[in-house]
Amino acid sequence: MHWGFVIAGWGVTGVTIAVYAFALIRRGKALSAKVPAERRRYVG
Amino acid sequence: MLRDMWLITVKDIRIELASRVVAAQILPFGLLVLILFGMAISPDLAVVGPERRSVLEEIAPGLFWITVLLSSLMALGRSFAVESADGNLDAILMAGMDPAGVFLGKAGAVLAQMIAVEIVLGFGAFVVFGAPIDDPGLLAATVALATCSIALAGTLYASVGAGLRSRDTLVPLLALPVLAPVLLAATMATRDALFTDATVAGWPWAMLLAVFALLYLGVGMIAFGPLMEET
Amino acid sequence: MSESEPRSSNDAAKPKSTEIATEQTASIGSAHTGSRASRTIGIAALVAVGLLAAFGLWISPPEVSQADAARLMYVHLPSIATMYLMFFITLVGSIIYLRNGSRFWDLLAGAAAEIGVVFNGLTLFSGAIWGKPTWGAYWTWDPRVTSTTVMFVMYIGYLAVRRLELPPEARSRRAAVLGILSFLNVIVVHYSVKWWRGLHQGQTIGIDTKLDGLMLTSLMIGFVAFALTGAWLLMHRFRIEWLQSQIGEVGLDQALAERRAEAAGYNPSDSVGGLA
Repeated sequence: MHWGFVIAGWGVTGVTIAVYAFALIRRGKALSAKVPAERRRYVG
Repeated sequence: MLRDMWLITVKDIRIELASRVVAAQILPFGLLVLILFGMAISPDLAVVGPERRSVLEEIAPGLFWITVLLSSLMALGRSFAVESADGNLDAILMAGMDPAGVFLGKAGAVLAQMIAVEIVLGFGAFVVFGAPIDDPGLLAATVALATCSIALAGTLYASVGAGLRSRDTLVPLLALPVLAPVLLAATMATRDALFTDATVAGWPWAMLLAVFALLYLGVGMIAFGPLMEET
Repeated sequence: MSESEPRSSNDAAKPKSTEIATEQTASIGSAHTGSRASRTIGIAALVAVGLLAAFGLWISPPEVSQADAARLMYVHLPSIATMYLMFFITLVGSIIYLRNGSRFWDLLAGAAAEIGVVFNGLTLFSGAIWGKPTWGAYWTWDPRVTSTTVMFVMYIGYLAVRRLELPPEARSRRAAVLGILSFLNVIVVHYSVKWWRGLHQGQTIGIDTKLDGLMLTSLMIGFVAFALTGAWLLMHRFRIEWLQSQIGEVGLDQALAERRAEAAGYNPSDSVGGLA
């Protein structure tokens, strides 16, 4: 009956998270390239 | 600490008396906003309620407090703008002044300036919106407590933007969500204070303002020092 | 786990756990923020999300009063939980950072806040989409809706502070104070709005507590799926924060090295081959 709303709700949620995830991955790659290999991971 | 507070308050008020920025710029801004509200919300719209008040008059309390909030943002920005020249705040704190005292001093100066603005704005609202006054005591208490809340919380959040170019856009973003409860409480209490037929009980809301002010009195005194450390 | 004998004197500085060593060397050469741990969590998250879709959209029955619109609860409620979890991490991280200057907790607080804002936005959106078929309106002045919206703006302000042009320690300190205050402010805003709306006997939207077994299962899967997704996002976002802080330091190190070289009378960017 209200499937339009359900699809919109789930769809926007899913797409937003997916887009954000891809943006993080891409940004991670770009920043990693700028940092020398031994400093890329957090060290205490 | 109290001595430091007094010194800072007097200093800031002296700067205002000499430069007259609040009186010549912020106050006219407030009056203008009141007029703009009147233009946006036509005084000839429907009348409401058993007292047959115009819509504009009915919402006058809320409009007054929004105008006060917007004007305070400018006063708060100004409070820290006078310090950015030559790193005044750093000098003040390094000279050994108590950060809590400096915080109270700055908030005190803003409080004094805003009370002055509100007296004029209140008179303006009375004239422009035509609202009556049913309970002057509650009104006075509300104005005093709400302004204290705005000055204390506002000074704390304005300090986050101290010395930064983005201060003018950052401080409203930080301060307004925090001051939303103050707007709410002040408006409710003012409605009870102005209208004889108000269904809302104003004194509990005024008490909420007192609690808020006390909360930010404490929080501000604690957090101002760490915020201002420049190491 | 016993340490293997060093092959030569150059291997003297071996890490204690060979597992960590493998993990580090596996990711040291990689120009991305992924790791075995994040990949594991990511795959688990995807599986859970798949299960959620199956249960939430198909297997679970429509609710009695709300029909299929109730299926939105399977994303709306987990969004809320993830949002609060992230802002709570920001709160904890801010407190710990102010107490002992731990950079880890500072970076984690900042990363969590951004993810919290994303889920805050999703919460508001899914809530509005749910509200339209259920109460007839996208927006109401319900206390929770109002305070969640104010919270959204508050934490956007927090993110703005994290980007201020300040020395890193000063910036982190201001952000940390804000991270604590924002959490407290949400409580203040929530209760004052609740009191305000209570006076008007407005609808306080409750959630039907009688949940069919399958619906409860779907909801639980939702919480797990969103928590895993949130954790995966947090890991990557944290690593981005770390990389950004390193870029700042690398730049500084390079500048210092150049200055020292100049002071020693030798500029590395001069003359190829060493001829004057």
